Amino acid sequence: MTAAAQPLPAARRSKRMTPARWGLYAFIFITALYFLLPLYVMVVTSLKPMAEIRQGNLLALPVAPSIDAWVKAWTSACTGLTCQGIKIGFLNSLRIMVPSVVISILVGSLTGYALSLWRVRGGNILFGTMMVVAFIPYQVFIYPLVRVFSFTGLGQSLLTIVIIHTIFGLPTMTLLFRNYFASLPVELFKAARVDGAGFYQIYARIMMPMATPMIVVAVILQTTGIWNDFILGLVFAGRDNLPMTVQLNNIVNSTQGERAYNVDMAATLLTALLPLVVYFGSGRWFVRGIAAGAVKG
Amino acid sequence: MRLSLNSRISAITALLPALLVMLVVYIGATGWTVWMSLTNSRMLPNNNFVGLRQYEMLFGNDRWITSVHNIVIYGVLFVSLALSIGFLLAVAIDQRVRAEDTIRSIYLYPYSMSFVVTGLVWQWLLNPTLGIQHVLRSWGFEGATFDWIVRPETAIYCLVIAGVWQASGLVMAIMLAGLRGVDEEIWKATRVDGLPKWRVYVSIIIPMMGASFATAAVLLSTGVVRLYDLSVAMTNGGPGIASEVPAKFVMDHLFERANIGLATAAATTMLITVIAVVAPYFYWRTRKGEMR
Repeated sequence: MTAAAQPLPAARRSKRMTPARWGLYAFIFITALYFLLPLYVMVVTSLKPMAEIRQGNLLALPVAPSIDAWVKAWTSACTGLTCQGIKIGFLNSLRIMVPSVVISILVGSLTGYALSLWRVRGGNILFGTMMVVAFIPYQVFIYPLVRVFSFTGLGQSLLTIVIIHTIFGLPTMTLLFRNYFASLPVELFKAARVDGAGFYQIYARIMMPMATPMIVVAVILQTTGIWNDFILGLVFAGRDNLPMTVQLNNIVNSTQGERAYNVDMAATLLTALLPLVVYFGSGRWFVRGIAAGAVKG
Repeated sequence: MRLSLNSRISAITALLPALLVMLVVYIGATGWTVWMSLTNSRMLPNNNFVGLRQYEMLFGNDRWITSVHNIVIYGVLFVSLALSIGFLLAVAIDQRVRAEDTIRSIYLYPYSMSFVVTGLVWQWLLNPTLGIQHVLRSWGFEGATFDWIVRPETAIYCLVIAGVWQASGLVMAIMLAGLRGVDEEIWKATRVDGLPKWRVYVSIIIPMMGASFATAAVLLSTGVVRLYDLSVAMTNGGPGIASEVPAKFVMDHLFERANIGLATAAATTMLITVIAVVAPYFYWRTRKGEMR
C-alpha cells in the first residue's frame, strides 16, 4: 500500500533563492498554467456571448460577462430530441449515485469484513478472482449482463444501473475494507466473540463505527467514480435515467447547425462541478482514496 | 477459532452477493462472451459454432486494425509521458517549495473530472478555427498550425494530450508518496559524498522507487485498455475511423452494427491481452509478498 504523502523533515529545507530555485519555480509555474488552462478556458468561454467567441481570442477575458449560457445549459439545451437542459441529467445522476454509493459500500464492507475476520473456506479464491477482475475491461461483461437483465425483466432501469455500479464497485470496495479490518487489532474481534456477539452484531456495532475513515474514503471514491461514469450509464440506465455525462455528450456532440460553444462549456462545467467540489472539499482524503484504490494496481 | 454454526451461516449469507457476482459475472458473463466469439451470432446470439472464423474476420477488419494500432500508440505515449511528467512534478514538489498543497491540488484536480468532460474541453481547446491555433495566429504567428484533431494521421495524439493532462496528477501523487518514503539517511550520505542532486535522483532514487513506478504504470495501463469515453467525447472515433479504439469497436459492433460474434471476438482479444499483462504483475507481487 502506498503511504499517503507525509511532510518532509526539516533537515532538507533550503529556502535561499538560488538560480536553480528560480528555475524550479519557473517549471512549477509553467506546468501549473498548463494544468489550469482548460479550466480557465471553460470558465471564460461559458461567460461570453457567441459573437465574442467567434471574433475574440480563446484566452481573453469576457468583455461583458453574462450567465445566459449557464441558464440555457441548465434549463433548455437540447440533448437529442428533448430540450430541457442538463438539469435532467443532473437529477438522474443524483438518483443513480446516492443509492449506488450506499449499496456498493454496504455490500463491499460486508464482503471485506467476512473475508478479513472470518475464515471462510474458498475466501481467498473469491478475493483473488475479484482482484484480477478489477483489471478486466467492461466490454467483456457488458453484453451478457444486458441479456441477463432483460431476461430477469429489469431491463434498463434505475435499479439495474444501481446493481451494475454495485457489481463493478465490489472489488475496490472489498479490498478497501478487507485491508482495513485486517489492520485492526484482532483482540478486539476476539473479545466481542467471547462476549457472545454474533456476525452481524460485530459488523454493525464494532467494525463499521471503527471504519469511519475508510467509509469517508469509500464515499469519495464511489461518488466521483459513479458520477463520472459514462459507459455503464449509457448501456444500463435506460432512456429515462441517462446520467449527466451521457446527456452532456449528447448536448455537445449531437447538435445540428452551429454549435453554441458557450452553452457547451457551461454544461461541461456543470457536469464537472460535483467531482470538483468533492475534490477541493475533501483535500488530502482524495489522495488517500487514490492511495487506497491504488493497492489494486 | 472454531466458528459456531450460526456465525458460519451468517458469514456465508454475507458473502452471497459476492458469490453471485463471481458466478454470474466473472465466470458466467466472461464464459458466454468467449463462447459467443466462437459462433456466427449477428443481431441475436446463437450457438452455431464456427471455430475461429470471427477472429479471422476481426484481424482482417480495417477498423479493428486501426483501433489496435491506435491503442498501441496511445498506450505507449500516454503511459511514458504521464509517468515522466508525473515523476518530474513530484520531484519538483519534493524540493520544499512554498504553497505545496495548492500546487499539488492544481496538478491533481483534472483527475477528479470525467473523461467526457476532459474530452470535451480539449476538443474545444484544439478546435482549429477558434482554439489554440487561432490564439497563436492572433498573436502574430501567422503560419502556426495546430489542427491535429481534424487530421486523420494526428487525431490519436490529441487523445494522448488530453489523457496525459488528466492522469499526470495521479502519477504525481503516487510518486510523491514514494519520494517521501525515501530514507533521510540516503540524502545525508549523498550530501557528504558531494553528489549532484540530479545524479542522486537518476542513480539512487529512481531505482529505489520501482514499486511506485510499477503501481502507477499498472494503474495507467488498465486505463489504456478501457479507453472509450475519451474517444467518444473528443473525436467520436474520427475523422473517419482515425481515432477508433478497441473498446469502442466492441461497443459499436454490439449496439449499432449488430455483429455480436465479431464484437465478442474483439472483447475476448482484449481480455487475453489484459490477462497477459496482469498475470506476470500479480506473480511478481505475490512473490514479493506484497499481496496481503
